[in-house]
Amino acid sequence: MVLALRRLIFYVMLALFAVFAVFPVIWMVITVFKRNVDLYNPNNNPFIYNLPPTLGHLEFLFTSTSYPTFLWNSAFIGVIVVIITLLLSVPAAYSLSRLVGRWGERSGIAIFFVYLIPPTLLFIPLYQIVSLLKVANTVWSLILVYPTITVPFCTWLLLGFFKSVPREFEEAALIDGCSRFSAFLRVALPLALPGIATCIVFAFALSLSDYIYAAVFVSSTASRTVSAGVPTSLIRGDIYYWQSLMAAAVIVTIPLAVAYGLLFDRLVKGFQSDPGAGEKSAA
Amino acid sequence: MKQVQSAIAHAGVSLADRKGVLGTLMLAPALAYIAALVAVPFFLAIGLSVSDATVGDPAIHHFVGLRNFVRVIHESAFHFGLRNSMIVTFATLILILVLATAESELLARDFRGKRLVQILLILPWAMPVSLAAVGWLWLLDSEFSPVDWLLRTAHLLGPGTLFGPANHLYYYGREWVGIGAIIAINVWRLLPFATIIVLAGRTSIPRDIFEQAEIDGAGFFRTLFHITLPALLPILTVAAMFTALLVFGDMTIAALTTRGGPGYTTQLLPYWAYLKGIEGGALSEGAAIALFLFPVLLVGAILALRFAYRTESA
Repeated sequence: MVLALRRLIFYVMLALFAVFAVFPVIWMVITVFKRNVDLYNPNNNPFIYNLPPTLGHLEFLFTSTSYPTFLWNSAFIGVIVVIITLLLSVPAAYSLSRLVGRWGERSGIAIFFVYLIPPTLLFIPLYQIVSLLKVANTVWSLILVYPTITVPFCTWLLLGFFKSVPREFEEAALIDGCSRFSAFLRVALPLALPGIATCIVFAFALSLSDYIYAAVFVSSTASRTVSAGVPTSLIRGDIYYWQSLMAAAVIVTIPLAVAYGLLFDRLVKGFQSDPGAGEKSAA
Repeated sequence: MKQVQSAIAHAGVSLADRKGVLGTLMLAPALAYIAALVAVPFFLAIGLSVSDATVGDPAIHHFVGLRNFVRVIHESAFHFGLRNSMIVTFATLILILVLATAESELLARDFRGKRLVQILLILPWAMPVSLAAVGWLWLLDSEFSPVDWLLRTAHLLGPGTLFGPANHLYYYGREWVGIGAIIAINVWRLLPFATIIVLAGRTSIPRDIFEQAEIDGAGFFRTLFHITLPALLPILTVAAMFTALLVFGDMTIAALTTRGGPGYTTQLLPYWAYLKGIEGGALSEGAAIALFLFPVLLVGAILALRFAYRTESA
C-alpha cells in the first residue's frame, strides 16, 4: 500500500517535470499548423485545431524566407568549428590527462570554468578583433570565435574520457616499442572514440546555439545563422509570422533534443570524473 | 603498475623528457588559442573601459581613468540593470537548486521509458537560447497567450477574478510580471543542465548507505535531509556556481522578450552593455558595464579552484 502510494507520487512528480519541460514546445508545435483565422481568435481553444491544420506556413518558411540560408550557414559553421575543436581539444585533453603531471589531471573544473566565462564580457573587444581582422559580417568571424566556447567544453569532456582509459594499455604499447605519440594515436584515441563522438555533437550544438556573437558580428542576412537570423530576420517590424517562427525553432530543436537526450548518461558521467564529484567515492 | 612505471623510467631519461615535451606540444595549440581569444579580449575589455573608444573610433587612444564607470553608474538604466540582474540570478538559483535536487532524486532510479523521459526533460537545454526566447515570446503573448486562456477558463483571469479585471496578463509589458517571466524562462532552460550536475553527485553516493538507512527504518525525508543533501552539498555548490554564471551573463532572453521595458524596469546588465556599447556606439561605456559581471566571475573562479585544490589535498 505504502509502496503503491510511493510509486504513484514518483510518477506524478515525473509527469509534472516532463510537462514543465515540454509544454512550451508542444504549444510551438501546435502553432506551426494553425491557420491564421484560427490562431488569431482569442475565444478559440488554443490547444485544438478549430479549423483543419495547414502546411502553408512551413512552405512559406522554406520558400519565402531566408531560413534555408540560415540553416546552411549554421551547418557550414558547425562542421568547421567541430573540426577545429577536435584538432585543438583532443591533444590538449590527452596531454592534461597523461603527460603533464598531476595538476593536469585535476584541472577539469578550471577548464570548464573557461567555458562559463560569459560572452557578454568578451563580445565588445572580440568585435574589435573581428573588425581588425576584416572578417566582420562573414561566417568566418563566427568560425574564429566559437572555439572559445567549444574548446574548453570539449577538452573538459575528453579529459574525463582519457582518464577512464586504463594507463596499462598505453604502457604495454610503450614497452612494445611504440613512441608516446603513436601510443596516443593507436591505443588511447580509439578507446576515446565515444568521447570524441560526444564532442562532435556538443561542439556542433554549442556553435548553433550562440546568439550574442552571431547578432553582434554579422548583420547581413546572407551570413546569418539560425540562432540570430530567425529572431531578427523573420520578425518584420511589428509583424510576427508566428507559425513560421515556431516551425523554424522546432525544426532545429527536435534533433538536438534527441541527441542530447541520448547522451544524457554520458554527460552525467562527465561531471562525475570531475574533482568535487565522483572521484572521492570512487577512490 | 608501479613496477611497469619504474621499468619505463629506467628505459631512459630521454623518454621522460619526451613525455614532457610532447605534453607541452599537444597542449600548446589549445592554450595559445584560448590566450589569444579569451585572455587578450578580457584585458582589452579592461583597457576599453578606461578609454574613450567608440564604434566610429575604436582605437584605445586616451586613458580617461574611471570616467566611464562613474558615468554609467549614474544612469537609471544601470540601476535597474544591476538590481534586476541580481534578482533574476538569485531567484533562478533558488528555484533551480530545489527543482534540480528533486528531479535528480527521480532520475537516480531506474524505470521503464527512462530514455524517452530523458529526451523530454533535456529538451529545454538543447534548444538554442534565442529560439527558446522566441517560443516563450509567443507562449506569453500579450493577446493570444494560451496561459492566459487557461487562466481565463479556470476563472482566475478576467473581470472580477483573482488576477484582475483585464483579460490578459501582459507578461512582457509590466515590470514585475516581466521579471517573473525572465526568471521562469531561465529556470526552464537551465533546469536540465543543473539536474545533470546534481545527478552526477547523486549517483556517486554509494548505494549501501541508502540500503542501510532503509534497514534502520529511516523514511524518505529523513534519508533526504540526513544523508542525501549533506552528501550532495559540494556538487550543489558547483551547480549553483555554473547556473549563476549562465544566468547572470545572459542577454538573449531580455533582448528578445521584454527588451528591458517598459522603460528600463526589466533591464539586465549584459543587455544594457550591448545596447550602450554596440547599438549606442559607446564601446568604452559598454565595456565598463560588462565588467560589472567580473566580480561574479571572480567568485566563481575562486570556488572552482578551491574545489580543484580540495580534492588534490584530500
